[in-house]
Amino acid sequence: MQLRTAVLPDHYMETEFLARLQFAFTIMFHYIYPPLSIGLGVALVIMEGIWLRTGNVLYHNMARFWTRVFALTFSIGVATGIVMEFEFGTNWATYSRFVGDIFGSALAAEGIFAFFLESGFLAVLLFGWNKVGPKMHFFATCMVCLGSHFSAVWIVVANSWMQTPAGYHLEKMGPNGANVRLPADYVLQPADLTTVRAVVDDFWAMVFNPSSIDRLTHTILGAWMAGAFLVLSISAFYLLRKRHTDFAVASLKVGLVFASVATILQMISGDSTAKGVVRNQPIKLAAIEGVYKTEPYTPLTLFGYVDPKTQTVHGPQIPGMLSFLCYMDFQKPVIGLNEQPSDTYLKARYPTATPEQLPEIRKRYWPIVPLVFQTYHLMIGIGGACLGLVLAGLFLWWKGWLFDTERKLTRWYLIALVFSVIGPQVANQAGWLTAELGRQPWIVYGLLKTSQGLSKVVTANQILFSLILFAMVYLLLFAVFIYLLTRKIQHGPETEEESEEMPESWRQLIVETEKAPRA
Amino acid sequence: MDYPTIWFLIVGVLLTGYAVLDGFDLGVGALHLFVKKDDHRRLFLNAIGPVWDGNEVWLVVGGGALFAAFPEAYATVFSGFYVPFMLLLCCLIFRAVAIEFRSKEPWPWWRQMWDIAFSLGSILAAFLIGLAMGNIVRGIPLDADNEFAGSLETLLNPYSVLLGFTTVLIFSLHGAIYLALKTEGELQGIVRGWIPTLIGIQMLFYIFFNFYTIIECPYVLETVKQRPHIMLIMALDVIVVLNIPREIHLGREFNAFLCSCLGMILLMATFGLTYYPYMVLSVPNIQNSLTVYNAASSSTTMGIMLIITIIGVPLVLAYTFCIYYIFRGKTKLTAHNY
Repeated sequence: MQLRTAVLPDHYMETEFLARLQFAFTIMFHYIYPPLSIGLGVALVIMEGIWLRTGNVLYHNMARFWTRVFALTFSIGVATGIVMEFEFGTNWATYSRFVGDIFGSALAAEGIFAFFLESGFLAVLLFGWNKVGPKMHFFATCMVCLGSHFSAVWIVVANSWMQTPAGYHLEKMGPNGANVRLPADYVLQPADLTTVRAVVDDFWAMVFNPSSIDRLTHTILGAWMAGAFLVLSISAFYLLRKRHTDFAVASLKVGLVFASVATILQMISGDSTAKGVVRNQPIKLAAIEGVYKTEPYTPLTLFGYVDPKTQTVHGPQIPGMLSFLCYMDFQKPVIGLNEQPSDTYLKARYPTATPEQLPEIRKRYWPIVPLVFQTYHLMIGIGGACLGLVLAGLFLWWKGWLFDTERKLTRWYLIALVFSVIGPQVANQAGWLTAELGRQPWIVYGLLKTSQGLSKVVTANQILFSLILFAMVYLLLFAVFIYLLTRKIQHGPETEEESEEMPESWRQLIVETEKAPRA
Repeated sequence: MDYPTIWFLIVGVLLTGYAVLDGFDLGVGALHLFVKKDDHRRLFLNAIGPVWDGNEVWLVVGGGALFAAFPEAYATVFSGFYVPFMLLLCCLIFRAVAIEFRSKEPWPWWRQMWDIAFSLGSILAAFLIGLAMGNIVRGIPLDADNEFAGSLETLLNPYSVLLGFTTVLIFSLHGAIYLALKTEGELQGIVRGWIPTLIGIQMLFYIFFNFYTIIECPYVLETVKQRPHIMLIMALDVIVVLNIPREIHLGREFNAFLCSCLGMILLMATFGLTYYPYMVLSVPNIQNSLTVYNAASSSTTMGIMLIITIIGVPLVLAYTFCIYYIFRGKTKLTAHNY
């Protein structure tokens, strides 16, 4: 690719592309880790809770093993997370000026309520095994888990506000604080970018904007799935290898219950989230399903591809299913892209456009349909596969076959579980891509375009420099992470004899395994 | 006091918290390569092990508070300091993961590699923080839209580079005192030996830097004349820092560390009192400067954020003290730490 500097007229395109690529790359890499921390955090609370309740030292060793895995994911999550906070200012300065009033406060609240809680108690969780009592340690584990959930709350609230802005008004900045409130239907002009700001009206309306509850639930359940399937994967690996069998059986049980709860709830949450998209972002919904024409009995495509030239979708379809899922009515048509946004909307923004030009202008308000169609269907497909896996697991458990590694079916199932860890990770990333690509061209939905949010003083070359820098650093980090995770898995949990560092106050909790009630 | 002034204070407190807390662990990183034995290096890492992560949160929260309360200043500074901040991020990443990764394998090349990453990351991070501070103090060119109108070369001016080096020194001294508090025996002897030298060099830099500031930033002298109490704070700062060798000599490392913290707080207070009401000073066109007023977010947001702060800060302080209390005393090596 030939590099052009900022003086050339098309530099903005290039800057926009690079800035978006950098943001996507850094956040997608970052987002490998927080879901693991959130999900594993819950798993740790469960394991330590069982240990305290039953006094079965197996669960103590289990919690310690998963804590070490947790520490690894957490440290990379923290390190790559600081990048995200800086990037709003470095690459998206105009956006930051425009929404600082709202987005900034959510971010600051995340810092005060979540990060301090997490990082403070993390020290006790990781290093406090010999320093505090078991109850205090359990409390710390709960606080770390709570902190990581708070963090998800605030960042998803901030992101949801960008999807469905609420509780704000626009203000034109005058000299010496003489600001003018703009009407609700005001259409932002390019010249306004230096003077118009979104200002908060109602904090709670901003926090509980139309999409935040659905998206938060969906995100947290996705994170739980990521953590649960990691537990499942490593436990299944030990079972197959016949190593640490007691640990693996107990861990698999915890993991399977947790994964089942998360996955089944995720189906409900996914449906509710999609219905929210129907209400709040109908263009996104039409794009992810590749619906161009508005017709009754709108079909649902299971998988396939979109041909944007002919505006058709190829692949197996269920007639009327999309209408049913959106409106609980097989007949009610889903509004297609060719009618969105409406002619009135477009005429208000392009008063000089002729009716023949409108279809072309309309396309500027669509995301890249074939792309979001694929990311969305990838997420749905993996979600379905995860559901299949947990149901199969529950069935095998009920039959008493789940831990019978001599059985061929069980072996195949455990092999599937070993690889299943990738599933929720890919689905989380695909879901994020769907949410963010699907709302393009907007950075703040219906208000500010992504191309308008860039930093004015940052050149394409600078972004390219930092992108290459991050690509190299992250590649190295990822390689080391995978290596160390493999090492930890190979090392495995400690057996009872090895955990001799346990102080006397902790040992008193141990109930002999034979007497311990089955968890 | 109006909201913008309160928020100037809060952002200042948060960044001071960052300097005081992450200052010592960056300093430990800067000194890391000066001890050679593996056990000594492990003790260095474990001395900051339970707290460095929480310390770094002060930067994140400081940044978040700046974003929320003064979005214009946040946007101008972060986009203007693009390259230094990207490098700073890389340093912070390398430091963080080096601490976590280093002791996971016994091979000398592995440990040496992460030791170097940790130490260079810490030194460069401290330098870049100082460089950014230097440019803020000195002022940077802003255009009529309050956007940065300079280049990378503008930022690499001698004054700011000097403050960068001074910051590395200040943090190193702070780190050395923290280590004297957390170590014992042979290692403590080594660390204690560094402190007088570090104080000497730091004082030289401090005096030189103050004179340089008077020459480079004429507004500083004017402001100090109008606000003579700043002189008092500066004098107090010098006394506090000079008290450190005495406390070390008497074997009272904890007092020495408190003095060092207080010294940093007074230094940041000097800066804040001199700089107010500016957020980003524009040089040469001072009328383009961002002040606490024209960089501020709406008073609604500032009010809400103040409530959040009032709820959040006591909690934060409670568990920060709690953590430092649990991990008080000398650092010991076990099989399960870094």
